[in-house]
Amino acid sequence: MLSKNSLPLHPQSTLQAGHKAAKSDLFQGVDYYQIDELLSTEHKLVRDATRDFVKREVSPIIEDYAQRAAFPRQLIKGLGEIGAFGPQIPSEYGGGGLDQIAYGLIMQELERGDSGIRSTASVQGSLVMYPIYAFGSEAQKHRFLPKLATGEWMGCFGLTEPDHGSNPAGMTTHFTDAGDHVLLNGAKMWISNAPFADIAVVWAKNPEGKIQGVIVERGMEGFQTPETHGKWSLRASATGELVFDNVRVPKENILPGVTGLRGPLSCLSSARYGIAWGAIGAAMDCYDTALRYAQERQQFGRPIAGFQLQQKKLAEFVTEITKAQLLAWRLGVLKNEDRATPAQISMAKRNNVDMALHIARESRQILGGMGITGEYPIMRHMMNLESVITYEGTHDIHLLITGMDITGLNAFQ
Amino acid sequence: MNILVCISKVPDTTTKISFTDNNSKFNEAGVQFILNPYDEWYALVRAVEIRESLGGEVTVLNVGRADNEQIIRKALAIGADKAIRVDADPADAFYVARQIAEQARAGSYEMILLGKETIDYNGSILGGMVAELLDLPYISLASHLDVEGQTATLTRDIEGGKEVLQVTMPFVASAQKGMAEARIPNMRGIMMSKSKPLNVVPPVDIAPPTRIEAYQLPPEKGQVKLIAPDNMEELVRLLHEEAKAI
Ligand SMILES: Cc1cc2nc3c(=O)[nH]c(=O)nc-3n(C[C@H](O)[C@H](O)[C@H](O)COP(=O)(O)OP(=O)(O)OC[C@H]3O[C@@H](n4cnc5c(N)ncnc54)[C@H](O)[C@@H]3O)c2cc1C
Repeated sequence: MLSKNSLPLHPQSTLQAGHKAAKSDLFQGVDYYQIDELLSTEHKLVRDATRDFVKREVSPIIEDYAQRAAFPRQLIKGLGEIGAFGPQIPSEYGGGGLDQIAYGLIMQELERGDSGIRSTASVQGSLVMYPIYAFGSEAQKHRFLPKLATGEWMGCFGLTEPDHGSNPAGMTTHFTDAGDHVLLNGAKMWISNAPFADIAVVWAKNPEGKIQGVIVERGMEGFQTPETHGKWSLRASATGELVFDNVRVPKENILPGVTGLRGPLSCLSSARYGIAWGAIGAAMDCYDTALRYAQERQQFGRPIAGFQLQQKKLAEFVTEITKAQLLAWRLGVLKNEDRATPAQISMAKRNNVDMALHIARESRQILGGMGITGEYPIMRHMMNLESVITYEGTHDIHLLITGMDITGLNAFQ
Repeated sequence: MNILVCISKVPDTTTKISFTDNNSKFNEAGVQFILNPYDEWYALVRAVEIRESLGGEVTVLNVGRADNEQIIRKALAIGADKAIRVDADPADAFYVARQIAEQARAGSYEMILLGKETIDYNGSILGGMVAELLDLPYISLASHLDVEGQTATLTRDIEGGKEVLQVTMPFVASAQKGMAEARIPNMRGIMMSKSKPLNVVPPVDIAPPTRIEAYQLPPEKGQVKLIAPDNMEELVRLLHEEAKAI
């Protein structure tokens, strides 16, 4: 008979123990507005599969890797197998052929685990596979995309330079014509995945002074990728520099399809869109953890969730998460119809990351002293989000993009 | 190898259970449903593994309404080749067993696999009924299944040990922990599941022989009593007089 007793209500029941999943990852999605009803069967399958993957492979190990500031390389194979690399790239090139909402949901679930793991997938799918798909020659697509989709090859994206972050147009990395190849010189900084990447999509100025993409391969003479140490954020993601000292790059490695800032910016549009979803994942994990903790933790003889000040926080979290979900979902619909503007994407990235960082900070307080430990994921999310609010366009820069869009006046210069 | 895997839909393990209609109906409002883990993790995955090594076809069968298509799609994404949905409410075990038997007869399956139980009603009854209706041998609670030619070797976990037995195909078996490792469907599988055949068929028209009168929740858990470690007498008294455990 169906009864409370007959259902294993607790994930640690014998039933779940049979599954390799979730030893202590009790996460449950947040859906206060029945937003699931806006998703297709396929979307829900994609989301749940990614969630299962994270519970099984990421949650049990991620805290340890973050504490040791090491990238869990062993996850690459599994990420490739489930299809987390380039899910939105057509299947003829090894991608998943999924729509933008499915892509967003994958990013959400990965970042629910850790922003660093999501970053690795974002970079691979949106910043490496996407430009090769959108601007590469047919030969480049066939050579690189299938191996990038499985994770056999990993890529990184070099745009930011030591002296040019928010203003990439000022970049100094450049290449000169040398017959059948070009000579690349310059340096990139803050490059996710750089220390272990097999290839780098590098944006540099061509002999005409226009920005163009080149695919630099590990092992090319004069190309180095020193790791950046001492980060307090995205500790489970490897970040490094790209240094080019007269690197001979064959001309067939130049992306023929685009020149100018439009190239890198269109990659960023794709990645920022994914971040708008990813941040929801981090926020949901913080909210879920804080809600559970507040209901269990007793002070003054009752659960702290019963105190108004804690309820205000929790109620505001779920409100903000719900708003962010609707923003991301609507942006996904527009993106599926190829109608999402870069300014709309800026708004969602800025709002949702800020929302997540705020929830991380506040939910950490709900956990009191426990909140600063690695027993709970909140502090790790909080530190990670400090990078997420900075990369792919800072919080301020996205505001200026919205400002320029609505006033028509450029406040950058 | 032609394998039929029976799959059912159950409430997620974190569901808060409540009832409507004078406690005679499970309240589905707001409930997340999943593919029954014993069907999915063990029966289906083992069937797919056998298909992968020996060839053939895995068909999943569900008795349920159109909103079950999500769990059917998941089974296809995990690797089943095609699906049949008998378009009816799974009224009771006998009713469902009759529907399964009807479909099983229409195909020519060498193995019919299902989970050892569903995690909601825990009936553990369907496998035996299906086998009986089809006049086939039935092996319950199998934790291991290997196939060679037309013979299958199955391991059953029995009290204090194991039983290994052989059976000639066709047969019916219920699967439990150990038979396979849960698989997470990948994006490619999810995409491909869209184009796999899902055949919706009408039910055999029979009346379910049983009817649910009422459900009852277990009594609320009482307050826990803490007893000081040195107060053994009180502990013994409570266990004897209140808990009636000793
Ligand atoms: C962990 C990590 C990973 C990264 N991964 C990559 C990667 O894979 N590839 C890559 O190319 N880059 C990557 N980045 C770089 C990132 O995109 C840059 O850090 C970011 O664009 C900001 O550039 P900056 O650090 O040079 O800051 P700056 O541009 O120097 O900005 C400093 C401050 O000034 C503000 N500011 C700048 N200009 C203006 C203005 N006009 N008006 C008002 N305020 C302004 C900014 O908002 C910011 O607050 C990564 C960064 C981090 C931290």
